[in-house]
Amino acid sequence: MVQLTLPKNSTVQHGKTWPAPAGAKNTRSFKIYRYDPEDGRNPRWDTYEVDLDACGPMVLDALLYIKNTIDPTLAFRRSCREGVCGSCAMNIGGRNTLACTHGHADTPGKAVQISPLPSQPVVKDLIPDLTLFYAQYASIEPWLHTVTPEPQTEWKQSPEDRSKLDGLYECILCACCSTSCPSYWWNGDKYLGPATLLHAYRWLIDSRDEATGDRLDNLEDPFKLYRCHTIMNCAQVCPKGLNPAKAIAEIKKMLVERVV
Amino acid sequence: MTETSGGLPERPLSPHLQVWRWHITMACSILHRACVFALYVAVLLLAGWALALASGPEAYACYTGALGSPFGKLVLFGLTVAVLYNIAYTVRQTVWDAGKGFTPKIADMSGACAIAFAVVGAIVVWVIAAQTGAL
Repeated sequence: MVQLTLPKNSTVQHGKTWPAPAGAKNTRSFKIYRYDPEDGRNPRWDTYEVDLDACGPMVLDALLYIKNTIDPTLAFRRSCREGVCGSCAMNIGGRNTLACTHGHADTPGKAVQISPLPSQPVVKDLIPDLTLFYAQYASIEPWLHTVTPEPQTEWKQSPEDRSKLDGLYECILCACCSTSCPSYWWNGDKYLGPATLLHAYRWLIDSRDEATGDRLDNLEDPFKLYRCHTIMNCAQVCPKGLNPAKAIAEIKKMLVERVV
Repeated sequence: MTETSGGLPERPLSPHLQVWRWHITMACSILHRACVFALYVAVLLLAGWALALASGPEAYACYTGALGSPFGKLVLFGLTVAVLYNIAYTVRQTVWDAGKGFTPKIADMSGACAIAFAVVGAIVVWVIAAQTGAL
């Protein structure tokens, strides 16, 4: 269901302003979404003045600077700090991306605005609850399905067939794409979303997989697949440069091709 | 605040439209929705025109008079844009259905072209209409 506004308990209110440490000359404001499940209040925007001379170039560096030197209560996920794990996916300057690979200098506007991945239940501050996202990923059974007897050695694949997985296998499941999609915002409970569908396609075109028909049957649904209206936000924001919109179009093509 | 069974308050929904910085492709998609809705109105206007025509010269004169007023003309110009935008968008979608034109750069460009085609096309149609005395 289209829901243009936020529910009552989710409207974001004015929060605190945290000044820059004394002596800081080169500063920039970071406007950050805060939510504490224990204080019973609505979320709020807190503004932090960050000393750019004392922090690294990436948004994650700034978040760590804030947590280490200004406000230790700020909660966010991060791990690899090099765009491999997908933990620090968040909305930065109005677009979903990874905080670790996005420079704060590349964020337009006076303040760098940071909020959790859009239209998700918030656990705390910048941490969304992605349970549904992972359940949807599991629902496409993202592993090799075979019926022929297992070979003595590995399942073989020609270099050409292997190259069909390029642009798909690199997905790190950061959820930037799915939570960028208005269709997923309005129908996230029924529409599988770009990330899951990209993975669905990755298994559909794997030459070793023998469940293509079943996989297509499972996707042929007005909501699971066909809520994609090529809005293209997914491909626009993917921090790995992948193209879920194209993968979804390829699935639609496969569904047409098996009928004609 | 409502509570979950665990005693904690129900989780808030993170902001979406409130924070999103739009891409042209998203604007194009929503504009397409709006234009389809506008075309429903256009069909009603067309049905009204046929009804007026069938109801006799007075009703017809009244109906065309309303459509010919400055406000009526504005609506008709908007509908011309909507028709042309739909044509352009359908071409764009047909290319997409073939699995082509998905790189963000090309999608941005095709979106901008669709909007430009609709606006410029509508102006051309109206200039031609004005010059042939149809307005």
